[in-house]
Amino acid sequence: MAHVERPQHPDISNDMFDKIDEIIAVNRPRPGSIITALRECQDMAGYLPVELIDYISHGMNIAPSEVFGIASFYALFSMEPKGRHTIKMCLGTACYVKGVKQIMSRIHLEYGIGDSETTEDRRFSLEAVRCLGACGLAPVMIVDKDTYGALSSDRAVEILEKYE
Amino acid sequence: MNEPRTQLMLCGGSGCHSTGTRAFREALQKELESQGLVEEVKIIETGCNGFCAVGPVMLVQPEGIFYQNLRTKHVTHLVEEHFLKGRPVPKLFYVEPASKETIPNMEEIPFFQHQVFWAMRNKSALDPEVIDEYIARDGYFGAAKAINEMSADQIIEEMKISGLRGRGGAGFPTGLKWEFASKNSSDIKYVLCNADEGDPGAFMDRSILEADPHAVLEGMIIAARAINSHQGYIYARTEYPLAIRRLGIAIQQAREYGLLGKDILGSDFDFDIDIYQGAGAFVCGEETALMRSIEGKRGMPRPRPPFPALRGLWEKPTVLNNVETFSNVSQIILNGGQWYASIGTETSKGTKVFALSGDVANIGLVEVPMGISLRTIIYDIGGGIPNKKKFKAVQLGGPSGGCVPEEYLDTPVDYEEIVKLGAIMGSGGMIIMDENTCMVDMARFFMDFIQDESCGKCTPCREGTRRLLQILENICNGKGKAEDLVALDQISDVIKASALCGLGQTAPNPVLSTLRYFMDEYHAHVYEKKCPAKRCVALLKFEIDPNLCTKCGICFRNCPSNAISWKKKEVAKIDKEKCTQCLTCYEKCKFKAIL
Ligand SMILES: Cc1cc2nc3c(=O)[nH]c(=O)nc-3n(C[C@H](O)[C@H](O)[C@H](O)COP(=O)(O)O)c2cc1C
Ligand code: SF4
Ligand code: SF4
Ligand code: SF4
Ligand code: FES
Ligand code: FES
Repeated sequence: MAHVERPQHPDISNDMFDKIDEIIAVNRPRPGSIITALRECQDMAGYLPVELIDYISHGMNIAPSEVFGIASFYALFSMEPKGRHTIKMCLGTACYVKGVKQIMSRIHLEYGIGDSETTEDRRFSLEAVRCLGACGLAPVMIVDKDTYGALSSDRAVEILEKYE
Repeated sequence: MNEPRTQLMLCGGSGCHSTGTRAFREALQKELESQGLVEEVKIIETGCNGFCAVGPVMLVQPEGIFYQNLRTKHVTHLVEEHFLKGRPVPKLFYVEPASKETIPNMEEIPFFQHQVFWAMRNKSALDPEVIDEYIARDGYFGAAKAINEMSADQIIEEMKISGLRGRGGAGFPTGLKWEFASKNSSDIKYVLCNADEGDPGAFMDRSILEADPHAVLEGMIIAARAINSHQGYIYARTEYPLAIRRLGIAIQQAREYGLLGKDILGSDFDFDIDIYQGAGAFVCGEETALMRSIEGKRGMPRPRPPFPALRGLWEKPTVLNNVETFSNVSQIILNGGQWYASIGTETSKGTKVFALSGDVANIGLVEVPMGISLRTIIYDIGGGIPNKKKFKAVQLGGPSGGCVPEEYLDTPVDYEEIVKLGAIMGSGGMIIMDENTCMVDMARFFMDFIQDESCGKCTPCREGTRRLLQILENICNGKGKAEDLVALDQISDVIKASALCGLGQTAPNPVLSTLRYFMDEYHAHVYEKKCPAKRCVALLKFEIDPNLCTKCGICFRNCPSNAISWKKKEVAKIDKEKCTQCLTCYEKCKFKAIL
C-alpha cells in the first residue's frame, strides 16, 4: 500500500494502526469498499478523527475530499469521540407516539446532551435512532448492548445512573 | 449426539430482549444443565415470534405449547414440571382477557387466528442457523425446481400469475420487473435484496431475516435464474447485527451444500451472494441510491430512466427486491402462481406482513391475507385500543404514507384502495394512534424525519421540506397563521411534482393526509392556539381548572417531579417551577381538568 506516515493521535495506538493497515490492505483492491473500510476502522478506533480519514483515503487511494464527503453523508460515521456509554434512543414512530420526546428532554435536563452529543466527561453519547424493532415496548432505548423498554423519564434516568 | 427431543423456540427479537430474553435464557440453560437435560432439550433463539406484547415468549416444539411473559423466577418450576415430568405449566399460558380462559396452543390464541403465515411460515419453527432444518421444511425445493425443471420464461410466467407485488413500498409487480431485466442482454447482471428497512416504525424485514434467512437466499437464487444473473448482494441495515450474522451463516451453509457458488445443484448455473452493510441513510432504501451506495459512493438518487432493469449496479441490468418479496418466491414456484393468487383482492394477492404498534393492545408483527379490513387487524388481531381510550387514526407507510381515520376502517388491505384514502400500503409499518395523539404534531414528526434524511440533491425537496417543517413547528408553537394552511398545501404540491426521487415525491403525504382528515385540529392550533390532544407543550398552560377538577388526586400521585400539591377534598395545583412538562398528569387526569 501507499506508505503515508502514521499521524500522531491520542485515541489511536500503534496496534490500532497495524489493524487499520490490514483493513486497508484487504479493502483496497475491491471496488466500492471505502464504506466498508471506514466502518471497520471506526469499529477499531471508536470514531473517525480527521487525521484518520485522511490516512485511510491515502491508503485506499481515493481523494480525501471524496472520503470526507462519504463520511459526512452517512449517519453511521462520527468524527467526534464517543462517550464511554452510548445511549441509542429510539425516535421511531411508535416510540414517538408513546412519548419519547419527553424522555429526550429529561436527558437533556439531566446530562446536558441532545441528539448526537457527548457529555463533557465523556460518560454518555446520545444518539437518536429509528425503530429498534421493539415497538411493543415503546419507548425503547439501548445503552451499550442492553435494551430497555417501557420507559418513563424517571426510569430512563434511573437506568442511566447505573452506567458510570 | 442424538437429535434433541424438544426444541425451545425462545424469541430473540428485540422486543423480547427488552423484557429479558437473555437473562431468561441463561437461567434456563443452567437449569437444563443441572437437570441433565441438555441432550434432550435444546434452546433455539428465534427471530420475533410476532406476539411481542406478551414477551418474552417461547414456543415448545413439536408440542406447540406457547409460553408467555417469561421471567427467570419461572425457570425452576418450568423445567421440573414440563421437561422432567412432561406436564406443561398453565400458569405461563396465554390468558384471554375477556373470558379469562387459558390457551396452551399458539394457533388457538385469537391474536394468531386471523393470520396466514406464508412469508413468515418458518418463524419459531426452525433454527435459522441450521440449513437442514430449512431443507426439512421444503427449503430449496423451489430453487431446485426452478433450476432443474423450469425455463427462465416459465419462472417469470409463474411469478406473473401469482400477482406478487413488491412489498418494499412501491408495489410494482415482481414478475414484470424480472421480465424487463431478463430481456436486457448483458454478460453481467445483478440481483439485489433491499434489507435497508427505513420506515421508522417497522421491523418486518428484520424479523424475516432473523427467523428465516434461507428463504430470502432462495428467492434471490430463483430471481437470478430468471434473469440469468451470477452475482447478488444483500444491502442490509448495519443496525441489524443479528440479521447480518445469520445471513452470513446461511450464505456459508448454502455454499457448502452447493446451493450457492458454481454449478448450483449439479446444473451449470452459477450464482453467489454477498452482504453489503449500509451506513445509516434512509435515502439509500431508494433503488438508485442503494446501488450508488454499494458502488462506494454517497447514496444519492439519480433520475430514472434508465431504470435499473436496464442500467443498475455498475451500469448493469439489475433486479432489486425487498426482503419480504423474496421470501414469498420459493413457495410460489413450488405451489404455483395460482395457489398464491388464491387469496387476496383483484389487484393485491397473497399476504402482507405489518408491524402493528402504537396505542393498540396486542402490539407485534402480524401477517394477514390481502383484503382483510383494517378494522379486523386493529380490533380482532390487535385487541383494540387499551386504557379505554378512543381510536383516532392508523398511520400506514411511515414518512411516505398517511393516516386513515375511524370512518374508513372497513377499507380492505389493498394497494389501490389504501391509496384512495391518501395513505399507502407501504412497507408494513402500521401505527395506531388514540385520542391523545396530536395529528399536527405527527405531521411535524414525519417532516422532521424527512427533512433530516433528504439527501439535498434537489431544491424542491431540500428547501421545500425545510419550509414545511418550519411552518408545522410554528403551528405547534402557537405561532401559526391562517395563510400557513394554504402554504402547506401549495408547497406540498410543488414538492410532489418536482422532486427527483420517491423520498421527496412522497414527503408531503403525512401533511396532506392530516390536512384532509384533521383540519379541525389545525384550526384549533392556528385560530384558538389550542392543542385539543394536549400534546403541544407550547400551547398548554400547566394549570388546573378548579371547576373541572374533581379533587381525585391522581395527578398528584403520578407526577414524577413532585410538582403537584394536593390534599383530600382540595383542588390540585401545579408548581410551574418544579414542573418538567412531562405531560404525565395530562394523560392521567380522567376529567380533562388540566389546561
Ligand atoms: C426514500 C425511499 C426509501 C425506501 N426504503 C426502502 C426500504 O427501506 N426497503 C425496501 O425494501 N424498499 C424501500 N424503498 C423502495 C425501493 O426503492 C424499491 O422500490 C424496492 O426495494 C423494490 O423492491 P420490491 O419491488 O420488492 O418492493 C424505498 C424507496 C424510497 C423512495
Ligand atoms: S427528492 Fe430529496 S432525497 Fe430525493 S434526490 Fe431530491 S433531495 Fe435527494
Ligand atoms: S387528576 Fe385531574 S381531577 Fe384529579 S386532582 Fe388532578 S386535576 Fe383534579
Ligand atoms: S407535566 Fe409532568 S411534571 Fe408537570 S405537573 Fe404534570 S406530571 Fe408533573
Ligand atoms: S419505533 Fe421505537 S422500537 Fe419501533
Ligand atoms: S420480539 Fe419476541 S415476539 Fe416480537
